[in-house]
Amino acid sequence: MHNKETLPNLGLPEHERDLFCDARPRVSKPLASYIEKFLNWSRANSLWILAYGTGCGAIELRPLFTARFDISRYGMAPRPTPRQASLLMIGGYLSVKTLKRVIRSYEQMQNPKFVIGLGSCTVNGGMYWDSYNTINRLDHYLPVDVYITGCMPRPEAIIAGFEQLKKRIKDGRAEGANQYAEQFDWYKANQKKIITDWNMPDYNW
Amino acid sequence: MEQINELKARYSISDSRDQRPDLGFITVDPGRLAALLAELQQVRGYTHLSFITAVDYPETGTFQLTYMVHNFESAHSLGVRTVISRDTALMESVHHLWKQAKTYQRELKEMYGIDFPGSPGVDDPFILEGWQGPPPMRRDFDTRAYSEKTYFPRPGRKTSDPRRHMQSRLYPDYTPFEEET
Repeated sequence: MHNKETLPNLGLPEHERDLFCDARPRVSKPLASYIEKFLNWSRANSLWILAYGTGCGAIELRPLFTARFDISRYGMAPRPTPRQASLLMIGGYLSVKTLKRVIRSYEQMQNPKFVIGLGSCTVNGGMYWDSYNTINRLDHYLPVDVYITGCMPRPEAIIAGFEQLKKRIKDGRAEGANQYAEQFDWYKANQKKIITDWNMPDYNW
Repeated sequence: MEQINELKARYSISDSRDQRPDLGFITVDPGRLAALLAELQQVRGYTHLSFITAVDYPETGTFQLTYMVHNFESAHSLGVRTVISRDTALMESVHHLWKQAKTYQRELKEMYGIDFPGSPGVDDPFILEGWQGPPPMRRDFDTRAYSEKTYFPRPGRKTSDPRRHMQSRLYPDYTPFEEET
C-alpha cells in the first residue's frame, strides 16, 4: 500500500493521516513552446498576490495597493487566500513560527506559483541575522524567484522587482514550483531541521 | 512610604527607595514574597498586577524578579523585587492572587527557565514552538553561534560604519580629521 512515492505524514496523529494529502508534488512539464510562451505571457500579466506581511515590509504594500502606486495598473490584485493567488510575497523577517505558516500557504497555492522575498531579512537575515529565532536565507526553505533588497524597499523598488519577475516568467525561467517538486527532499530536510514540532502534513496541496 | 515602613519589619524588606512620587521599589526575600503581595493586594489596595519580569545576572549567579503592582486609589506603582538563585531557578507562583500571573510565569519559564511549580500550563510553549535549545533570554546563551549553526548564514555579509560609508559616497575627496594625522 505504501509505495516509495507516498509521504509518511509522521507529524500527524494516526487517525488524521487519511484526511490529508500523502502524494508528493509533481513536476509539470512545459507544453509546446508557442503555447507555453502564450501561457507565460498571460501569467506574467495577471499576477494575483498573496501578501504575507510577516514583518515591517508589509507597511510598503499599502501604498502599493492604493491610489498612489496603484498596482492594479499592472494587472495585479491582492487575494485573500493562497488558493487564488499565484505570487507569494514575503514581507520581511521570518521567525521559525511564521515560516511554518508560510510553508503551509505556499504549498496550498496552485501551480504555477512564484515567490518574491521582500527586504534584506529574507536575503540574509537583515538586522536580525544573529537572532535565535529568525531564519537567514529564505531560499533554503522555499524557491525564491526574485529578491528585492532594502530595509525597507520603497514601492518603486517593489514595482521594479515585479518587472524583473515578469521578465523571468516570460522567459520561462520562473520554474520555482517545479524546482520545489524536484528538490522536495532537500527543502523538506531544511524545513524540518528548524521546525522541530512538525504537526502538519508533509505536503499541503 | 509610611505604609512601606510598617511592612518593613514584618516582611524583612531589605531595600526600599522612591524613584518618583508615584513609583517605588522594595526588595524582599523570595520566601516572604507571596505573603507580602497578598497583603499589598488585599489590605493595602495594590489590586493590579502590571507585570512580572526577570533580569539575568550570571556574574552573581542570580535572577532578579520584579513584580509591579499598582494602587488605583493613590495612583502609586510599587515594584516588589526579589533575588533568586540562578542554578535552582525556582519561585513560588502567585497565580492564586492574580490569574494573569500564570501567563507571565509561563513566559519566564520559556525565556529564562525559571520554574513556577503549580502554575497552570507553565510547561506549555509560550511563543516558541518546539524549542529545544537552552532558554534563549539567558545571557550566557550565544544567539549568534546558535543562529550560525542553525539557519544557513549567507556568506559575504559585511558591515560598514554608516558615517564613514556615507562620507565616502558623498564626499570622496574629503579626508576626515582623525585620518589626517
